Amino acid sequence: MNETARYRLVLLLLALAALVLFLLSLVTGPAAIGFADGMKALFSGEAAEMTLIMREIRLPRAILGLAVGATLGLSGAVLQGYLRNPLAEPGLLGVSASASLGAVLAIYTGLSAAFALALPLFALIGAVIAVVVVRAMAGSGTSTLTIILAGVAVTAFAGAMTSLALNLSPNPFAALEIVFWMLGSLTDRSMVHVWLALPFMLVGWVMLAMTGRALDALTLGADAASSLGIDMKRVRFLAIFGTAASVGAATAVTGAIGFVGLVVPHILRPLVGSVPSRLLPASALGGAIMLLSADILVRVIAPERDLKLGVLTALVGAPFFLWLVWRARRTMV
Amino acid sequence: MKLAGRCGLLCALICLCLEATAARAETDRPHRVVSMNVCTDQLAMLIADEGQLYSVSHLASDPLSSVMAQEARAFAVNHGQAEEIFLMKPDLVMAGTYTTRATVELLRRLGFRVEEFAPASSFEAIKGDIERIGALLGREERAAELVAELDDGLARLAALAPSGKIAASYSSNSYTTGAGTLADNVMKAAGVKNMGAEQGILGGARLPLEMLIVAQPDMVVRGTSDYGRPALAQENFVHPAFRAFAEERTVNVPENYWICGAPFTLEAAYILRQAAESKP
Repeated sequence: MNETARYRLVLLLLALAALVLFLLSLVTGPAAIGFADGMKALFSGEAAEMTLIMREIRLPRAILGLAVGATLGLSGAVLQGYLRNPLAEPGLLGVSASASLGAVLAIYTGLSAAFALALPLFALIGAVIAVVVVRAMAGSGTSTLTIILAGVAVTAFAGAMTSLALNLSPNPFAALEIVFWMLGSLTDRSMVHVWLALPFMLVGWVMLAMTGRALDALTLGADAASSLGIDMKRVRFLAIFGTAASVGAATAVTGAIGFVGLVVPHILRPLVGSVPSRLLPASALGGAIMLLSADILVRVIAPERDLKLGVLTALVGAPFFLWLVWRARRTMV
Repeated sequence: MKLAGRCGLLCALICLCLEATAARAETDRPHRVVSMNVCTDQLAMLIADEGQLYSVSHLASDPLSSVMAQEARAFAVNHGQAEEIFLMKPDLVMAGTYTTRATVELLRRLGFRVEEFAPASSFEAIKGDIERIGALLGREERAAELVAELDDGLARLAALAPSGKIAASYSSNSYTTGAGTLADNVMKAAGVKNMGAEQGILGGARLPLEMLIVAQPDMVVRGTSDYGRPALAQENFVHPAFRAFAEERTVNVPENYWICGAPFTLEAAYILRQAAESKP
């Protein structure tokens, strides 16, 4: 089997898995609705309350699981390729935490209630600031350490400001919601959230996808890429704003979910032959698979506890991260 | 001048004597009471004699938690901190059993008399609290009056036939209340079935939106809490599925009526009863 055929097969299998998990997500929930009944209610709209549950509660949850997962997987793959850093990922670089801060400011000041688009826009601004700061800290070098340290600092700062903003809210429930913004959840998200976030995510995906060819060239180094006719300014613009738009919008409606963007590209890289442009669609599908699985698991393991998604992704992601650090030790210092 | 002076002296003496007799009758009852819990705040305001209650907690003047926010303005405000209460030099401190554990221990070590009250979860417990505070403040008659009013109201509600309607309480973060709670007993008094209790929930529990819609209660009981600023906890109320389902079924019961068990908790039962009768 040649390289291209294998790549197509991998994509096909990933897409199938994502589709199956999407359907599973639709039929997972506290109200015991059978698969056939659920699908009938979803499409026909005959059984009033079942249709309400399928269309307004489970469908937005499944769509967001798919789209947010794809966002995190794709942006992780692009950031790892663009920064040429195996540890790059929106969560570790502080992009998710900063987007959370932006969203928190928009929601808890009451701004997003008056002007709905303020939510994704503020999250996007938070995300842009994080990417720009981390990129500036990294400079022209490709030192793994500087970027991750800058990411740690940005994450800590944004997290502290998020806590502060929530603690200062006159609403007594606000302070308890720190956990949502740090760990993320898809519980009871509605179509309103889908319409708010999906357009920004789509724009972000297109921008990230356009970096594919440049990322292939970048494997040879920044100078070689420039000499191959790659416009580095354009790549930087696409990578930064594509990440900010998609991760910002995703975080605005689900909170910060870590490690998806780290784990997925690493697992899929060997399967697609280590070509960055091929890794992008595979990582998007892989991210969707990981997040949909996590969201199904939180509903199966402890349905009454409202477990946060970040708990599950960290259970898989944190040991993986440690293993990466272990492996990268030799090259880091 | 001389005459006026003598008269003045005499008056002063008489006044002193009168005050002394009055004081003797009241020496054994506390006259500088500090309450540091929004529930004891309100019961104390209802029961205490003029000048007997000195300070109430800051929550007592918050209309979201307290029915008697207006009345509370007449008293000094405390925030349940030991130092602050120490400086007030109270002869009786009333506190809740839950939130201010460390403060209560500290105040006791400093030699203050602290009486603790568990949150009331039934009308019997409310009556018990009223009588206990009446005895503590030497106001047994006033307490008996309030208990009689409460009994009256409960008897009037009990005389009505059960409505047969099922109600589900649904508050911030999708919480519902089951058996053993004040809300459950208020629903019982109103002749309404509590969906949470029927489903075997004890105390409070999260009720996923899906389960609320599947259970099809006749009434969805929610508070009217508006904290001025939004939080995700209240997003369940603007969820399209909730709005479509609950539009016709929502009954608003201001939460301050049943955050604390007190005579005014009857109001919550009246609101529920009225709503149950107006729903088809």
